[in-house]
Amino acid sequence: MKGLLLIITLGGERVAISADEVESVVEIEGLTPVPRAAGHVAGLSALRSRVLTVIDCLASLGLGVSSIDGPRDAIVVEADGHPYALLVDGVEDVIEFAGDIRPVRTSLGHGWRRVARGMVEAEGDLLLLIDSHALLGGAAAQAA
Amino acid sequence: MEDLIDEFIAETREMLEALGGEIVAWESAPNDRARLDEIFRFVHTVKGNCGFFDLPRLEALSHAAEDVLADVRAGKRRADNRLVSAVLAIIDRIGELVQSLESGEAVASEDDGALIDALGDAVFEPAPDQPVHSGPAPDARKSLRSIRLSVDLLDRMMSGVSDMVLARNELARRLREAPGDVAVEAAFERVSACIAEMREGITRTRMQRIDNLFISLPRVVRDLAAELGKQVALEVDGGDVELDREMIEMIRDPLTHIVRNAVDHGIETAEDRAKAGKPPAGALRIRASQSGNQILIEIADDGRGIDGDRLVRKALDGGLLTPDQADHLTAAQRSALIFEAGLSTAREVTAISGRGVGMDVVRANIERIGGVVDIDSKPGQGVRLTLRVPLTLTIIPALTVSVGGRNYAIPRSAIEEIVRSSNGSVRVESLGGSQVASIRDKRIPLACLGAILGVEPRVEAAERTMIVLRPAGGETYALGVDLVHDHEELVVKPAAPSVMATGLYAGTTLADDGSPILLLDPSGLAAAAGLLLDQNEIEKRAAAARPADQARAEIPALLFRTADGVKRLIRLAVVERIEDVPAGAVKMSAGRLRVVVGDRILPLAGLSELPAGPVRILRLSDGHKELAYGFDEVIDLVSLGPDIQPATEAGEVEGVTMIGGDQVEIIDSHWLFGAHARFDPSQTAKPVCALPAGDPWMENILRPMIESAGYTVVTGVGEGEHVDLLIASAEAEPVADTKAPILKIRSRPDPDGAKDDSIYRYDRAGLLSALARRMT
Repeated sequence: MKGLLLIITLGGERVAISADEVESVVEIEGLTPVPRAAGHVAGLSALRSRVLTVIDCLASLGLGVSSIDGPRDAIVVEADGHPYALLVDGVEDVIEFAGDIRPVRTSLGHGWRRVARGMVEAEGDLLLLIDSHALLGGAAAQAA
Repeated sequence: MEDLIDEFIAETREMLEALGGEIVAWESAPNDRARLDEIFRFVHTVKGNCGFFDLPRLEALSHAAEDVLADVRAGKRRADNRLVSAVLAIIDRIGELVQSLESGEAVASEDDGALIDALGDAVFEPAPDQPVHSGPAPDARKSLRSIRLSVDLLDRMMSGVSDMVLARNELARRLREAPGDVAVEAAFERVSACIAEMREGITRTRMQRIDNLFISLPRVVRDLAAELGKQVALEVDGGDVELDREMIEMIRDPLTHIVRNAVDHGIETAEDRAKAGKPPAGALRIRASQSGNQILIEIADDGRGIDGDRLVRKALDGGLLTPDQADHLTAAQRSALIFEAGLSTAREVTAISGRGVGMDVVRANIERIGGVVDIDSKPGQGVRLTLRVPLTLTIIPALTVSVGGRNYAIPRSAIEEIVRSSNGSVRVESLGGSQVASIRDKRIPLACLGAILGVEPRVEAAERTMIVLRPAGGETYALGVDLVHDHEELVVKPAAPSVMATGLYAGTTLADDGSPILLLDPSGLAAAAGLLLDQNEIEKRAAAARPADQARAEIPALLFRTADGVKRLIRLAVVERIEDVPAGAVKMSAGRLRVVVGDRILPLAGLSELPAGPVRILRLSDGHKELAYGFDEVIDLVSLGPDIQPATEAGEVEGVTMIGGDQVEIIDSHWLFGAHARFDPSQTAKPVCALPAGDPWMENILRPMIESAGYTVVTGVGEGEHVDLLIASAEAEPVADTKAPILKIRSRPDPDGAKDDSIYRYDRAGLLSALARRMT
């Protein structure tokens, strides 16, 4: 695989996402909650004239619930014509990547296993490459 | 080259769409030269283009079809069913191939030979003697001043304009917060107007004729009818109605499904129809029309109708209804059961409409776009389905409300009424755990939005506002919310699947301040609140729960603000309706204020002078006479208690009562009608007075006086016509025998002897008293 990778921190870990999946990186503040929606749906936010469905990645990974009091970094992705914002701990860098995606050999946590596409070696570090679309479904999608 | 191919694909697709209806029409009238020419021209064009592009398969197909059609044109062959089907198959394959050119995917079948052979299989018989009669020479393709635009580009423009509207709204807010230069505000107003115009223009570019939706239907009906061995005559009307193209895409599947359903389940076979005394061909009529900012699409068949009993039995079997509920269903409610999931009336599931897509999906799809489906079924006579959808998907009128400090929007199409809990005419009762609101005479189930959403309301239960909702096809219910904010036109977008999964929302939208708002789904809310009680059930339960202690009559009354700014009450029973009329409709004429409403002139009360701007009027009626009462605004609907202090003297006010701690005067309707509506010109039972024909003095000078005295005047009375008073000239020949009293008028001032009972024509007092005397 060859392309750009976005390095983000999520649940205290550095992970990579293919930059092709990412539309933009934004700062989100002031969510409109969606009562009765699944736990990983943190709420709605407006980006220009679009309404983003904000996904709490921690909840989606089954790692807890994010605090959404202050402004938060989020990456915007689109799936089936709907724009989503994924709340992340932080966005580090964009790096060029040319190498193989290697299968994950270690035993991952339950939540991570669902979203992992493999491992990549970037700038000397071994990073988990995750599928942003898998995060959208939330933990329930796994159980179902 | 790439551009040329794209152009070819687009052109071929357009022609294919336009052709669908032509072919079916051609089949029913194979001698129609114009249609044949149209189809021939299509295959000919495709053939020519393919040669140019080196597309051998398309070329072979179109060539074969062209040859056959040329034979038909020359009268060598006859267009029978098989030939038409074979040509259709070829055209379908051409469509598939063009599709695959565009998408790059391969077509499933590689074998075109069979299709081409099928053309030859058709019985080769010479045409009957008369040659195909040639219609008018095919006119050259009309040239239109238009360009092709990609829909993506339009969508991008639309979203750009939406962004612009939001930016403008924000700017407007900033300007309000920090009022500044008048010149800046004037410039802002201009920008605002430009943006509004542009938004309208772009919205219009997205409009398409609904023909685009209808054009495929003749083919659907033909194929299906042929498959089922039925005869169906399809009639399509109103194709020039325009609709947002996105909307058209959203309606396409539901409409096709309804049409298939009608042909499959509604319309009977020719034998069954003959038994029922109907013509052998079933009629299927589809009509589109625009009504306000809604589009109505009506699909009516003359088939066997919906078997309501069967539906009820199925619903009972499926546990969707209790036997008690089933007993209380009206005929309309029985038919509407067809929209419930899992209830299909087809005796056996057929390949055509029974592929797991039921009418419940149709309704869900229509409701998702803010539309409504109504069904009207007459057993043995047919079914009429009416789809009502908004003009565009993007902008729908909505009411914004809040609960727990958050705003939500409710589509206005579902709202029947808004009432305040604090208002005396509303009572909330608890019935076995569920709440029921009594609004005036109606009892309807009450759900609290806060409870459905799991949000803590911020307003005391007694202070809440209730919104009476009537979800499509469902029962009316009231939704309690904290506050009602505003009517707004909202740009609605579909919500993400994880949001829709709650079943409570219909979409998302942005408020004026740019923050997202959820659009509530009234049917979903009702389902979530478990409101399954039907009207009869509630009435019965309420009656059982409460002894008949409702002796105290409560009279509904309208609380309003008069033009002078005073709060007053009027009994609701005399109010026919509320209307806004332009200032120009009000005139001081013939001694009093009058207002033109529709084609009538009504006396106008409530105002003391000519209004400066538009006036809002109450139209009051006592059952015979009507009058208008100008006022400022409606405040509320309230109940009049028994405690009314009478006024000290007769006048416009009959008394005073307490409303919310205030003294409010009540309008005396009796006095009002007595004072203002005495000479209502619209009253019909006026006595008739006949004038002799051909007397210009009587016609021009006397007639207006008689009319103002309250008569209807006719000239020249015929034998046997009813007349209350006959006017005659004393000098003229005695009139023919009539039973009506005669008033003779002479032209000389002095009477002709003592016996002369005629009246001098300018004796005004004498004439008026004579007219009044004879008025019974």
